[in-house]
Amino acid sequence: MELTGAEIVVRYLKDEGVKHLFGYPGGAVLHIYDALYKQEDVEHILVRHEQAATHAADGYARSTGKPGVVLVTSGPGATNAVTGIATAYMDSIPMVVITGQVPKKLIGNDAFQEVDSVGITRPCSKHNFLVKDVRDLASTLKKAFYIATTGRPGPVVVDIPKDITADKTDYVYPQTVSMRSYNPEVKTDLGQIKKAVDLIQTAKRPMLYTGGGVILGRGAESLTEMTRLLNFPITNTLMGLGAYPATDRQFLGMLGMHGTYEANMAMHHCDVLIAIGARFDDRVTGNIEKFCPYAKIIHVDIDPSSIAKNVKVDVPIVGPVDVVLQSMLPMLNEVKNGLDQAALDAWWQQIEGWRAAECLKYDISGDVIKPQYVVESLYKVTNGDAFVSSDVGQHQMWAAQYYKFNKPYRWLNSGGLGTMGFGLPAAMGAQMAHPDETVACITGEGSIQMCIQELATCRQYGLPIKIICLNNRYLGMVRQWQEFFYQGRYAMSYMDSLPDFVKLAESFGHVGMQIEKPGDVVSALEEAMQMKDRAVFMNFLTDREENVYPMIPTGAGLNEMILV
Amino acid sequence: MENEAGALSRVAGLFSARGYNIESLTVGPTEDASLSRMTIVTRGSEDIIEQIIKQLNKLIDVVKLLDICEGKHIERELMLLKLRAANNEVREEFKRLTEIFSGRIVDVTEEVYIIELADTSERIEAFIAAIDSKAIIEVVRSGVTGISHGDKSLVL
Repeated sequence: MELTGAEIVVRYLKDEGVKHLFGYPGGAVLHIYDALYKQEDVEHILVRHEQAATHAADGYARSTGKPGVVLVTSGPGATNAVTGIATAYMDSIPMVVITGQVPKKLIGNDAFQEVDSVGITRPCSKHNFLVKDVRDLASTLKKAFYIATTGRPGPVVVDIPKDITADKTDYVYPQTVSMRSYNPEVKTDLGQIKKAVDLIQTAKRPMLYTGGGVILGRGAESLTEMTRLLNFPITNTLMGLGAYPATDRQFLGMLGMHGTYEANMAMHHCDVLIAIGARFDDRVTGNIEKFCPYAKIIHVDIDPSSIAKNVKVDVPIVGPVDVVLQSMLPMLNEVKNGLDQAALDAWWQQIEGWRAAECLKYDISGDVIKPQYVVESLYKVTNGDAFVSSDVGQHQMWAAQYYKFNKPYRWLNSGGLGTMGFGLPAAMGAQMAHPDETVACITGEGSIQMCIQELATCRQYGLPIKIICLNNRYLGMVRQWQEFFYQGRYAMSYMDSLPDFVKLAESFGHVGMQIEKPGDVVSALEEAMQMKDRAVFMNFLTDREENVYPMIPTGAGLNEMILV
Repeated sequence: MENEAGALSRVAGLFSARGYNIESLTVGPTEDASLSRMTIVTRGSEDIIEQIIKQLNKLIDVVKLLDICEGKHIERELMLLKLRAANNEVREEFKRLTEIFSGRIVDVTEEVYIIELADTSERIEAFIAAIDSKAIIEVVRSGVTGISHGDKSLVL
């Protein structure tokens, strides 16, 4: 059957199983919006700024494991989407972004709302396409979804000139896709796995260090099974939280700059490090010269370029994390009785000593609200079962430290790019995907203002997100660094003229709450969680100069943490 | 590489974004119209070269990649050199040098010679060094292309 390009886009999305599309209309995509208007299979969510469309699709993807899909217009529509595309790229989130483009004959003419979208998104997407013929449209979309969701996932941009959306051709859903130049790893090397198992057997002070790749690669269950089988200590990166149950005895908390003392000390002293789906980011390693000085390193990753990029690796294993772990498990089962139990016991004893330092303890005696207490209370009130998004800064670290994620896909934050403004739209995506679950956005008064307009989207689609704003009247993380490293010269980290967030929330049709006393924190959270069908903006006035501890200063090793 | 618009910028962009050094880069068609062949000359420690290879392989448009420096290989660069050849003595000298270096004089006017030389970069540099620098009007170098020795080849 002959369809227009616009109809093909919409039909394709339906055939691909896409239920939600986040976007914003404009001239170059009007044909596509017209085609969307005439059907009911794909629900379009109208955001208030294209950046939010990409973050919402991203939150949708992080909370489901399915690709998020975005539709924006040419020019400013595409450039506004770039921050969200880069955010997804840094965290390897599967996403397909369809951008409108000016008609083919105007490309290169500085036409109205023209920008070189493919050029701009090239360095911040996994791949991108400019569709030049309507006959290539369906196969290009297929490739886009295939590339976005396989191998190391990532965002893919498909730029479609307006005339192509009017041109007609026969449409058949492409069942298969093959690309000679793109063959993501589906297997792994058993020889390397054998080497890893041999090395694991020699370990006296083993350590598991796992990242977002475990969640993206659907390996959380296998990882948990393996960790328990071996009785090894485990730490997760910021991106990897939830891959292993945080309340479990073997879990040492997050590692890195604001990780726990026990996780970082165990990293520093371990003799065999098993890194899985993690990329030795600078916020994790601290001073790379001082990183894991005693360890032989096993590194499992789907992306060969992640291996040996920052640190030398003794046993590299390339492959999908779940396939690797599933192949490793039976071998480990066979040899687990040969592990040096005496050494392992001594190692656990040493770790318990570090744990006894209680590095996350904070003072709750005063009459100002401690931000940590808000997060801890949220954790308790939601039974640790909420989907939690965050923005970027101190509140993000406190969320990671004090909300104990026992399940994957629940923690949504911009780890790699560190994008302020991510939290609210990401929560919208998660809430669209999980309408009956509690979705909370932990944010600060700085970050929330970067995408505050999305309160309107929450209203339009009845998204009952709970916004937990830790309002300290400072750009807290900037202020903390200025306190530590710039002798307290607080350049531009104080935000004057804050809005009345309660009235602001109310003006958007939501519930606004202001909480000023520690004694009101839990009851306010309980009250908010009872409002199942309302979005609630909770403005917590928190301790102004609280810092995030523990902390590894720049240039220090993981064993050189500042505790308090 | 896939002969696609943008493939060249993906490679060039990768090098600039990650701070790798490109000494030369040449692209040309192959016997298969859907593919083009690119030769890149770059320098770096073993670790850096390993990263460059991995990062290039990650680009969707890269079909196959070979580090031809790993084995014996032939490399060639084309140079066109425009020289001021004002008198007989100089012209004779240029002719002699061109013969020694197995080049060709491809264009002659009353006062100007154009010499063509296809050789390794080192030999080309040696040739330039042998010429009186005051005589050089213009140097055009194509960048290096290369091919592996013997059976080893970069074909699909």
